[in-house]
Amino acid sequence: MTTIIEAQDLRVSVPDSRRTRLFGRPHQLEIVHGIDLTIEAGEAVGLVGESGSGKTTLGRALVRLVRPSGGHLRFYGNEIANLGDFEMRTLRSKMQMIFQDPHSSLNPRLTVGTTLMRSLSVFGQTVSRQERYERTIELLDMVGLPEEVFARYPHQLSGGQRQRIGIARALALKPDFIVADEIVSGLDVSTQAQILLLLRDLRERLKLTLVFISHDLSVVRVLCDRVIVLQQGRVVENGACDEVFAAPSAPYTRALIDAIPLPDVDLHWLDEDMPHAPTLPLPTPMKAQLAKI
Amino acid sequence: MNEPAIQIDNLQVRLADGRMLLRGVSVAVSPGEVHGLVGESGAGKSMIGKTILGTLPHGAVIQSGRIMFGGQDLMEMSFDKRRGLMGCDIALIPQDPLMSLNPVRRIRRQMIDLMRLRLGMDRSTALRRAIELLDQVSIHEPERVIDLYPHELSGGMRQRVLIAMAFAGKPRLIIADEPTTALDVTVQRTVLQVLRAMQQQHGSAVLFITHDLGLVAKLCRTMTVLHAGRVLEQGPTSEVISAPVHPYTRALLASTPRFDRPSSLLQPIPRSLADSLWLEARTWDHYVGASI
Repeated sequence: MTTIIEAQDLRVSVPDSRRTRLFGRPHQLEIVHGIDLTIEAGEAVGLVGESGSGKTTLGRALVRLVRPSGGHLRFYGNEIANLGDFEMRTLRSKMQMIFQDPHSSLNPRLTVGTTLMRSLSVFGQTVSRQERYERTIELLDMVGLPEEVFARYPHQLSGGQRQRIGIARALALKPDFIVADEIVSGLDVSTQAQILLLLRDLRERLKLTLVFISHDLSVVRVLCDRVIVLQQGRVVENGACDEVFAAPSAPYTRALIDAIPLPDVDLHWLDEDMPHAPTLPLPTPMKAQLAKI
Repeated sequence: MNEPAIQIDNLQVRLADGRMLLRGVSVAVSPGEVHGLVGESGAGKSMIGKTILGTLPHGAVIQSGRIMFGGQDLMEMSFDKRRGLMGCDIALIPQDPLMSLNPVRRIRRQMIDLMRLRLGMDRSTALRRAIELLDQVSIHEPERVIDLYPHELSGGMRQRVLIAMAFAGKPRLIIADEPTTALDVTVQRTVLQVLRAMQQQHGSAVLFITHDLGLVAKLCRTMTVLHAGRVLEQGPTSEVISAPVHPYTRALLASTPRFDRPSSLLQPIPRSLADSLWLEARTWDHYVGASI
């Protein structure tokens, strides 16, 4: 198996909005505190945690949308943690991100077709306009959209359709590695189910390597083989989905699982008290073990 | 059986262009009961809440129906009388607390204003009551929190402040419109615990609007499944969720991902079912809606 992404003691900081400076570099606030993880080709890994746990920041760092403040990040064994923008350019087409809110990540002034063709013309090897057009239609078909969508603007589409465009755009350049950030959180259950099944199907068909960020463990279960639970910027759990859901090793994971309201009638579910998650003890930094699946 | 806190009969709401939002919805909630309104977006679940509150979008008209609250029809009440009920007897817990709180006013000012204007309290009583309410929704150090601005609070705290404000007037009816969608599961649970404790303490009826069947299963004793502004299934939660009769309810349950079941059981709502339901709705428009 090829290792696609390998992080060692990865640290990510963001400018601290609470302590602003008038001049000079802003204070930095470390969000991700030294994470080790490995992602093999063809794996789908769920990245779970509450808001503020650093899952989105880590996801953005994995595709190098932000520069890590420390540690190592290897892509196919090559160190990319400190590559400059120019050097990253050649790698950008290999790693893609699907964003949470397709309404704000799609340019409202471009038609869907233009949006999709533009990434092909910037990075792709396809030269002629005809080829790009054909590839775009193929992409739309891949995500289950009719050809008519090509000429539509994002505001003319439903939430589910826009999210499909987000997926199509990420797939356009046949990337080796995709990070999907909360892509089903704003959708209805049935649309959510459609998108999840579409992704699962695409994953099998195109042998995608996927990091799926979500706050919803049930959603992760549908799509992923492995789940990594983050608490306050540290990995507290890393293992195969089946094992983690059957017997989580971290109390934090247990708390997250217990807080999911399953659609089984139980009017006493709210009665029992539960330790509020942030008060749970933080474990000593644990080496993210690579679960062989 | 005592008189329901709110009883909606055959409510029909239509947009100016003729599209129907609600196609004859009937719901009754007893005092002290939590009733779940479930459906996908566009099902009209929020519209029911908006009709009760009198905040329908511009152009929407109530075509027929009654909303009985405390023995009176809300629709026949004078504007002032109806307005007097809002915020006191009927209160809303909105979806997005950051949009509903004024970002440039401290919590103190917002809570005191509410109580002075709606409940006619004087300033010092209002302040005491505000602190007491914040304490009841399990906010630590209410004296400190009351002097903060909304952006300084976490999402769960903001939602609890809004719950406190909703219960300020000892309401008989609470309309909770997706109050926990923006929250983490753990926070969601504590907010729901607070909501239920307050509701039981005040004996209020709650219309709990949500798209999450899991929340309904854990919180509501009775429920209504809506689609295209029509009631498809209604009854005690123990029956509707445990033994659904309508195929749509079953499809909705099958499309909800659950961590304790293999993912192969996940099924989106079949296209044919959705199409036939919309066809039924349009047939309804043709025969029932047009005849009025």
